[in-house]
Amino acid sequence: MAALPKWIKGIGHTFFTVLITMVGLLFVTFVIGRVMPIDPVLSIVGESASRATYDAAYRELGLDKPLIIQFLLFLKDMVHGDFGESLLTARPVFQDLLRVFPATLELATMGTIFGVLLGVPLGVIAAVRRGRWADHVARVVALIGYSMPVFWIGLIGLLVFYGKLGWIGGPGRLDIFYVDTVPHVTGMILVDSLLAGDMDVFQNAISHIILPAGLLAYYSLAYISRMTRSFMLEQLDQEYITTARVKGLSESAVIWRHAFGNVKVPLITVIALSYAALLEGSVLTETIFAWPGIGSYITNALLSADMNAVLGGTVVVGLVFVCLNIFSDLLYQFFDPRAQ
Amino acid sequence: MKRFKKLLLFVVAAVLAATAVPGLAKTPPNMLVIANRIDDITTLDPAQSFEFAGSDLIRNVYGKLVNFDPKDLSKGYQPDLAESWTVSEDGKTITFKMRPGVKFHSGNPVTAADAVFSLQRAVKLNKTPSFILTQFGFSAENADKTIKMIDETTFSITTDKKYATSFVLNCLTSTIGGIVDMKTVMVHQKDGDLGNDWLKTHTAGSGAYSLISWKPNESYMLKANPDFYQGAPKMEKVVVRHILESATQRLLLEKGDIDIARNLNPQDIAAISSNSELAVDSDLRGRIMYISMNQKDPNLSRPKVIEALKYLIDYKGMQDSFLKGQYVIHQSFLPKTYLGAIDDKPYYFDVEKARTLLREAGVGDGFDARINVRDAQERIEISQSLQNTFAQAGIRLKIEVGTGKQTLAVYRAREHQIYLGAWGPDYPDPNTNAATFAYNPDNSDEARATGILAWRNAWPLPEMSRATKAAVQETDRDKRAAMYEAIQREHQKRSPFAVMFQQIEQTGRRANVKGLNLGAAITAVSYWPVTK
Repeated sequence: MAALPKWIKGIGHTFFTVLITMVGLLFVTFVIGRVMPIDPVLSIVGESASRATYDAAYRELGLDKPLIIQFLLFLKDMVHGDFGESLLTARPVFQDLLRVFPATLELATMGTIFGVLLGVPLGVIAAVRRGRWADHVARVVALIGYSMPVFWIGLIGLLVFYGKLGWIGGPGRLDIFYVDTVPHVTGMILVDSLLAGDMDVFQNAISHIILPAGLLAYYSLAYISRMTRSFMLEQLDQEYITTARVKGLSESAVIWRHAFGNVKVPLITVIALSYAALLEGSVLTETIFAWPGIGSYITNALLSADMNAVLGGTVVVGLVFVCLNIFSDLLYQFFDPRAQ
Repeated sequence: MKRFKKLLLFVVAAVLAATAVPGLAKTPPNMLVIANRIDDITTLDPAQSFEFAGSDLIRNVYGKLVNFDPKDLSKGYQPDLAESWTVSEDGKTITFKMRPGVKFHSGNPVTAADAVFSLQRAVKLNKTPSFILTQFGFSAENADKTIKMIDETTFSITTDKKYATSFVLNCLTSTIGGIVDMKTVMVHQKDGDLGNDWLKTHTAGSGAYSLISWKPNESYMLKANPDFYQGAPKMEKVVVRHILESATQRLLLEKGDIDIARNLNPQDIAAISSNSELAVDSDLRGRIMYISMNQKDPNLSRPKVIEALKYLIDYKGMQDSFLKGQYVIHQSFLPKTYLGAIDDKPYYFDVEKARTLLREAGVGDGFDARINVRDAQERIEISQSLQNTFAQAGIRLKIEVGTGKQTLAVYRAREHQIYLGAWGPDYPDPNTNAATFAYNPDNSDEARATGILAWRNAWPLPEMSRATKAAVQETDRDKRAAMYEAIQREHQKRSPFAVMFQQIEQTGRRANVKGLNLGAAITAVSYWPVTK
């Protein structure tokens, strides 16, 4: 029997790893959900319900079955694309996720784009001007980004840019006048408004996303700029940089083409991790900016023991991590032929 | 470096371009925009909904047989979709005459058949709030016989025994009394669910507003019903946005992007009080806060100890400090605005009086006690205040904080000593609280009457139970109110319950918004009288 081609083996291996990871993740989440001191029955029937009502709801939720059976039943449904119904929204969890995840995706993507566009150059400048004022400024900017509570900085941002200056839109994804005025295609308003050719809605959406995305960007900028600086310093000390300078190359070419060229690969991991963290949803940012994203969805579900919603959200977040991992592996191979 | 400068310029230009978009300040004159926490809405089916935000929505979308008039809640229930009613001599059958000419949002006429269907449906579905109807003896088996149509405009309901008419009609004003459009609902029936699945996310009512959209944890939008029988509402659209954070609600209100902010904390209320463009309304809610003493405990079952503890609560201190703007002093089990509610406040903080009573009870040196408290901020603060004031009379209080599930399990098992609890009425009739605070027909452990607060505290009260039962059957509304007043006064004196506070809700609104009624303790908000 002929051996399978290497690429098929590779796909098979990736698929197996993803499968094991997802089942493990689901099992751990499921067990944690069941041992939490929150009663899903109580959240449905209320404190004043009689014992009979309580027991009926308990059985209806399948909580009278052994834990492993409950988990297997859940897996079976999930394989069939049925994530169950959310207790909190009375809708299929899948439908809820299609509504909340695009909101987070839009915000996290904008945040990451801003974070990368500002964080990478800042890190490069800090490395090139090591020990000089530009480096110190970059360090202070990053330190503030790490240490300021998102809750506080978000509210101050809203107060200044929305409340006092009126430069940006308030909390929420759109002004009330524009809600539901463009057809829902991707669920990302920026994309949907462009698809519909409605520039008023697009501009309004930008004015609403700019502050929360800027806030998330600031936090990822802090991380990305420090890592970029560190990677660049390592490269700038290498002999090939000295050789490039001796050859008479411009400083710009030395930094961006030679040094930065070698930083790209480790930077991909840093950016992917930062992006994945934002895609989990930032509960505090979503709360302050009334942004209906996956972070608040999962948190609300968790606090109300809405386990279908928690597990559905976990699947999405887990898949996001796995997909970004695979994507960054592919990018490695693109930027570094040795990784192929 | 040049490349970086170009990039930086591009980013700055993009940010400036985006932020140059002018915000559309102020809501339109024909639209009411409200910020509220609406994450408790889990269904829009009136036969199933049992949450505050859901009741708000349903009150504005569905007509009921009888309803509270937002212009004057004190008048009690008034005719709504039922124009009139008569009661049989035995007091068991009420015959309703439907109001002619009223239409559902679908255009279908509202008939007696719809009313019969709606009530039978609520009984047969047997969802959480169904007890509001089944307590009158209706069941899935007998609903077809006890709730029956007489002709196109008339139908009757027959209860299992004689009840006060005001009791039955008060219950019909609650959310479960919403009359649904039978034809529309039955088109969407699935597997014999009487349209329950469809009605969870859609509406089929005849009220002042119809639903445009509901996005869970995000918003709901209503549009005015131009054919509303009381006249088309002035606000053509109502949008309720889910805004969790008080500071965010305040900012939106100050900027004019919302008209009403319903969840402002006391600090934000204080901050907007001086703004001439804004106004603050206070409205009573149904929730009351109490402590109760387990009568199985040898110390806490002594009448003088019970009385002493009622004098060891710093009602005013708590009301004026950490509970400011959230609770007001209230010492009887019926919330104000309920039929028969009283405003007597016989207890106040008096350590000397409490010490005397404890000495008379034979526990002058004090004793150790435990209080079970749920892990909610205000309850923990109340328990800390109690710990401090009880200690002044020698009672060493140990606070045991737990989750809702843990504390409730202890309470239901009658294993607590003192319990700090909150109780919200289930329906707008005095029996809702009387039947739990002042009724306990069988105090034995075997009775397992865990839904009854008097039982949870092992308090036998045969005479008061009889009085409560009699009040449920008194057909004269005024006499019935007087009976509840008497029961409460006796309860204040003798019961192991120290009712302390009634919840209030403070709402911020733009000063030009008029006519908003939040429903007080007995009903939900009404959007249709609002003008701007």
